[in-house]
Amino acid sequence: MALTTYVEAIRQGIWEEMEKDERVFVLGEDVGIYGGAFKVTAGMLERFGEWRIIDTPISESGIVGAAIGAALMGMRPVAEMQFADFISCAFDQITNFAAKCRYRWGAGVPIVVRGPSGGGVHGGPFHSQNPEMYYVHTPGLKVVCPATAYDAKGLIKAAIRDPDPVIYFEHKFLYRRVKEELPSDDFVVPIGKAAIRRTGSDMTVVTYGAMVYIALEAAKELEKEGIDLEILDLRSLLPFDKEAVLDSVRKTNKVILLHEDTRIGGFAGELAAIISEEAFEYLDGPIRRITAPDTPVPYSPPLEEFFLPKASDIVRVARELYAY
Amino acid sequence: MKVNSTNSQTLARDAVPPITIPTDKTLLDMLYYMKLTRELEFRIERKLYRQGKIVGGVYVGRGQEAIAVGSCIDLRADDVVCPSHRDMGAFLIRGMPLRTILAQYMARKTGATRGKEGNMHMGDLSKNLIAFVSMLGDNVPVAAGIGLSMKMRGQDRVVLCFFGDGATSRGDWHEGINMASVWKVPVVFVCNNNQYAYSTPLERQMAVENIADRAEAYGLPGEIVDGNDILAVSDSATRAIERARSGHGPTLIECKTFRMTGHSAHDDAGYVPPELFEYWEERDPINRFERFLTERGLTTTSALDQLQTRINHEIDDAIQLAEKDPFPDPEDCLKDVYDEGE
Repeated sequence: MALTTYVEAIRQGIWEEMEKDERVFVLGEDVGIYGGAFKVTAGMLERFGEWRIIDTPISESGIVGAAIGAALMGMRPVAEMQFADFISCAFDQITNFAAKCRYRWGAGVPIVVRGPSGGGVHGGPFHSQNPEMYYVHTPGLKVVCPATAYDAKGLIKAAIRDPDPVIYFEHKFLYRRVKEELPSDDFVVPIGKAAIRRTGSDMTVVTYGAMVYIALEAAKELEKEGIDLEILDLRSLLPFDKEAVLDSVRKTNKVILLHEDTRIGGFAGELAAIISEEAFEYLDGPIRRITAPDTPVPYSPPLEEFFLPKASDIVRVARELYAY
Repeated sequence: MKVNSTNSQTLARDAVPPITIPTDKTLLDMLYYMKLTRELEFRIERKLYRQGKIVGGVYVGRGQEAIAVGSCIDLRADDVVCPSHRDMGAFLIRGMPLRTILAQYMARKTGATRGKEGNMHMGDLSKNLIAFVSMLGDNVPVAAGIGLSMKMRGQDRVVLCFFGDGATSRGDWHEGINMASVWKVPVVFVCNNNQYAYSTPLERQMAVENIADRAEAYGLPGEIVDGNDILAVSDSATRAIERARSGHGPTLIECKTFRMTGHSAHDDAGYVPPELFEYWEERDPINRFERFLTERGLTTTSALDQLQTRINHEIDDAIQLAEKDPFPDPEDCLKDVYDEGE
């Protein structure tokens, strides 16, 4: 059976939902005739027409605002941010309008805002960011960050069907580098459920997105030294699978929190607090964080390589932690 | 640009005759809703707020009642309204009960937002009323999206979207107007140009003379209306609604008016030259309309008194009920962040 790439998995997920539910439509910059900057919507214009695959002006806030309006009328819009970096322009509509409608006046806003995030492709400061935490800090939103093609498809379908606003960060480094055989039947990945990517006994690495692969690479290296990593892929950050994190930490008694996002205010800090509050007595060593430094994402390859967490960082920290 | 107005004593420089006069029933409904709005907001601002019964902010539209009432009066139930903060008449015409509104202001569980929100930050999807947010102008792209959904589904519904002059400085306003015009969706944008955004006068807000001038940049018709002349407002709105309903796209209507209060109940508007209040007091939309109806033989002094008494009673009753309504339970704070299923 053919392998499906991560980017194709997203495309299939949206396509299938559009076939199944005529309320679903896509709007964004260059999503129509061009098929999207990364081809997530390739071929959709021909199939669904210009009123379901809508090329918009360069107006991220307007795109999300329009998606909110359509959603209030019962539609299921999927808004594309050409790069996740540009979601900052729509921050107000997402955090003030979409996120608070249900709480304020009981009106659900079933929109999906999706876009390519992450570095490793020399995109520089405005085509490489990981903006998830701005949205994780906003009650009323859901935030997902798939790492595999299966999850990319299952989570986009879950996001489209969800009655609340979902921010879907796909990792552009994974678009064509990650592929797998996908089931032919209709499946979703529930929002808020983590997945164990490697079972291990010595320590847990909690991570998400492209960092899952860095962790797997490190685990292979560490295996040679007899250090056995458990790797937990969160998949969703809001809500996140607290029980899965605590269960794994209670089992391995040591934990590394890993993300590509910068350090201060990153998800690792939140996880560290929860582990400390709810599993302190199980810990046999300090909670360790591996993250990008607190800088913008730089362009030049040596700078970007320095910026991004690497397998060697995990190997080093795991050895230190193992010694406890 | 021409100003749509029935009375040349107003700011009209170049009236656009002839104006279509609604049916007698509609005219009397307009009077009722304008007077109800005036009295309701008077009670809210000058009584309940000052008595400490409203704990949060209060923003009223005194002097601007003709705009929401004149533009919403003939909408269909399935049309959608996105009011802003000085459009109480829209809520009343759409059938939001007085008790619900007053309970909302008094933070009760029975208010439109069950205590989650205050004042006119309220909506009701079953009445096709969309709650606005304090980031003024955000409802403009939202209205474009509502119109888009109607166009996609081939519905002949329309959206009315309200905002003030200040909101037209926000980027969202420009993005939303542009998108609505590009998509030719059935939206009527109604600007309450009351000449002050909080304390900032219009000349510090924009370098063009009229809000309607901005329409040309986005390829939609812009029309200036005497916002204190309900007949002119309703005439312009009716034409714009018809245009939208028949698939010709959005219109921007600028209603020239004046905010006869401060920005909010705690603002004494000391920065507004007193002669401006005097000038606009003479152009009060309700007084003007009462004169018009009297001249037309549709009302009399005693009928107006009776109407006022009826309105006072309706509001008295609603206040009594709302005051007895319970506050929300503290734990309700945690509810309804997400869909909780049935």
